[in-house]
Amino acid sequence: MRKLIWAISGIMFLAACNTGNSTKTLPIFGERTPVTKTVDGKPVTDTLYQTIPPFKFVNQYGDTISNKNLDGKIYVADFFFTSCPSICPIMQRNMLLVYNEFKSDPNVKILSHTIDPKHDSVPVLKDYADKLGIQGNSWWLLYGQKEEIYQLAEKHYLTRVNDGKDGLIHEGWFLLVDKQKRIRGSYDGTIPEQVKQLIADMHTLQLEK
Amino acid sequence: MKLKVILVIFCFVIAATVITSCQDEGQLTFKRYYSTGQSVYQNHCQNCHGAQGEGLGALIPPLTDSSYLKTNLHQLPCFIKNGVMGNIIVNGKPYSQAMPPAQLTSIEIAEVITFVGNSFGNKIGLVDADMISEDLGKCN
Repeated sequence: MRKLIWAISGIMFLAACNTGNSTKTLPIFGERTPVTKTVDGKPVTDTLYQTIPPFKFVNQYGDTISNKNLDGKIYVADFFFTSCPSICPIMQRNMLLVYNEFKSDPNVKILSHTIDPKHDSVPVLKDYADKLGIQGNSWWLLYGQKEEIYQLAEKHYLTRVNDGKDGLIHEGWFLLVDKQKRIRGSYDGTIPEQVKQLIADMHTLQLEK
Repeated sequence: MKLKVILVIFCFVIAATVITSCQDEGQLTFKRYYSTGQSVYQNHCQNCHGAQGEGLGALIPPLTDSSYLKTNLHQLPCFIKNGVMGNIIVNGKPYSQAMPPAQLTSIEIAEVITFVGNSFGNKIGLVDADMISEDLGKCN
């Protein structure tokens, strides 16, 4: 009898865990504005979420990459520079885990923006990508105007982690963006456990429409 | 006769104690260098060279090439103190990314080389601070 009770509670416990996982949705970060529209003569209130605005950069192959290349895809964004000796190698080592997990999935991308465009020209980025051992089109190293990159980083990607501090762009955050270009997670790219969580969250996010 | 035997045994015991205690002292120094070297490594080297000395792709060389460490043992202190520019060949592969200089004392350099030199499959034994100071005097 006792065994039976244990078995039943065990099964219930597992079932509880399972449902917990399958219904998990990631939070949506950023500002939200209610919008009231009239549908069929009735007012309907919808929520408008903050999204990453349009952008245009150049990747390590010299191809132009814009927000349109990411339509219907989820992606991870981060900020780095090739001559960075401190935290970047850890970030790249950890981002390689993300790359290896999703490199065969065309609907998952990684966008690493250089914050040192003066040194990191397209050929420098290509050389860096080759030496990192990344190929194909799943991980883009992006070149753009410094002001544009900083603007995008500080006003959009990093608002979630920005608690009034400057210099966050140098702190190694990985930002997870969904198919509607909303930020769904931020992770410290220097901590392996957080990167593991990112990979798990990416699998969750992939299932969303 | 009996006294002689006792004397011989006594001398033998003394000698054995002296030898083992000397060894213990060497061992202790090694352990001290190694464990301090590990924290120096974690603070100054691990970000780039990795927790297992694995390096990073073709950007940052691994620290697992024992023959490189042995051949360049007397260069390593200069590399650590002044950084490295230009090409080096490790494990048969070229690396050209610059390594920044590290602000370390001779003893810390000795400790970190002792740690690296006896981790990740390497076994070069103790590297002491006197040798490091001498090597640093010959840096280019």
